[in-house]
Amino acid sequence: MNQFLSQHGNEILEATLEHVWLVGATMLLAVVIGVPLGMVVARKPWLSKPILGSANIAETIPSLALLGFLLPIPWLGDRADRLTITALTLYALLPIIRNTAAGIGGVDPAVREAARGMGLTTRQILFQVELPLSVSTILAGVRVATVLTIGIATIAAAVGAGGLGEFIFRGLAMVNNRLILAGAIPAALLALGADFLLGLMEHLLRPVR
Amino acid sequence: MSEPSAALSGQEAVIEFRNAGYRLPDGPRLLNNVSFTVSRGETLVLLGRSGAGKTTALRLINRLADPSDGEVLVEGRRTLDWDPIRLRRHIGYVIQETGLFPHYTVERNVALLPRLERWPELQIRARVTALLSLVGLDPGIFLKRYPHELSGGQRQRVGLARALASDPPILLMDEPFGALDPLTRSDIRVEFQALQRRLGKAIVLVTHDTGDALLLGGRVALMEAGELKGLYSPQEFLRSSEPVAAAYLGQLRALEPFGKGEQR
Repeated sequence: MNQFLSQHGNEILEATLEHVWLVGATMLLAVVIGVPLGMVVARKPWLSKPILGSANIAETIPSLALLGFLLPIPWLGDRADRLTITALTLYALLPIIRNTAAGIGGVDPAVREAARGMGLTTRQILFQVELPLSVSTILAGVRVATVLTIGIATIAAAVGAGGLGEFIFRGLAMVNNRLILAGAIPAALLALGADFLLGLMEHLLRPVR
Repeated sequence: MSEPSAALSGQEAVIEFRNAGYRLPDGPRLLNNVSFTVSRGETLVLLGRSGAGKTTALRLINRLADPSDGEVLVEGRRTLDWDPIRLRRHIGYVIQETGLFPHYTVERNVALLPRLERWPELQIRARVTALLSLVGLDPGIFLKRYPHELSGGQRQRVGLARALASDPPILLMDEPFGALDPLTRSDIRVEFQALQRRLGKAIVLVTHDTGDALLLGGRVALMEAGELKGLYSPQEFLRSSEPVAAAYLGQLRALEPFGKGEQR
């Protein structure tokens, strides 16, 4: 065991960092795209079906197949991490969109009406009232999406984007359980850590404690 | 924009409804041919049952809705000619469930509009403290509290303080005392009567409670099914033989056998 660690320790660390980068970039992108889409879903009911529908469909495509579909697309297919982050983002979107919409939709109508009646602009209502009141719901969505992404990101190794999946694929090929675990355990720990940290943030940012 | 304020001459109407009506896009008529005026320093009470169009009438004043016929004038200018944001900041608005922002402290709730209007911070602080005292809340105790830490009556007072924050000449109140227990309600009414005199604002207050109407209204506008059934002074209302008015008075008279009418 010790021997295994001293032999592969650096490699594991490097793969973990790669994993964190893939997941981090994905989540950043997913939040930047997903939160505004969630706001659109909450505001414009006629757009909610197409948006949620598309996100749902993306969610149902098997991850390997999705990478395969994206591969021939010119700019995307050029680099493995680009490709992976795009695919992962498509998976991460649904929980974020859904929770953002639920959070904003859940704001007490009396509060919104009062804000409007007081002369707040639509923008001010969004930033001063709706978003702050939905922050913890949105974060709950980000949390689910992050944990999901950490798991799916192991697939990235299949297209050569690195990450902890490297060990898993190698272990599978060589029928070496230790190698599989060298990928799986850090991934699980990452997921648990992210879950804990985001849960903490969710709690701290809850608007009314 | 044709003839803006030929206003401010004598007993000028601050709010004026001219045959105003409102219908929802898909048909139902909520308000029909309503005309009345409210002057500075006057309180008009819109009295009626749920669905009578009271709240709709109120929403026409601060452009939460636009009249589908007729017109509503605020300070001599059609609401449609007002920029909605400017108009609303010119009008204090108090609603039943208060609509206080649950994630803001009392201080931030009351200071909201002054902050948006970029008052100097010192002035805001003074204003908030003064307003809380005005509505009978000790600033030392309540500034840092959140709405969920307040009783219904206290929330209602904060709602009023918030509506008064930028000293608007007009105040709209939608069932402001509706959610209060009867004792708190009569306390708050008495205090509000005193406030009315000090504030000198044009106030439109919506209620379904005859007691509210008679105690707080300089005039009572009786509404039924989207129509204005009559405008009365409280004395006229008490003497009125109109069936609808009589029905509302029945609400009070029913108590008389017990030797204590609700007023006074």
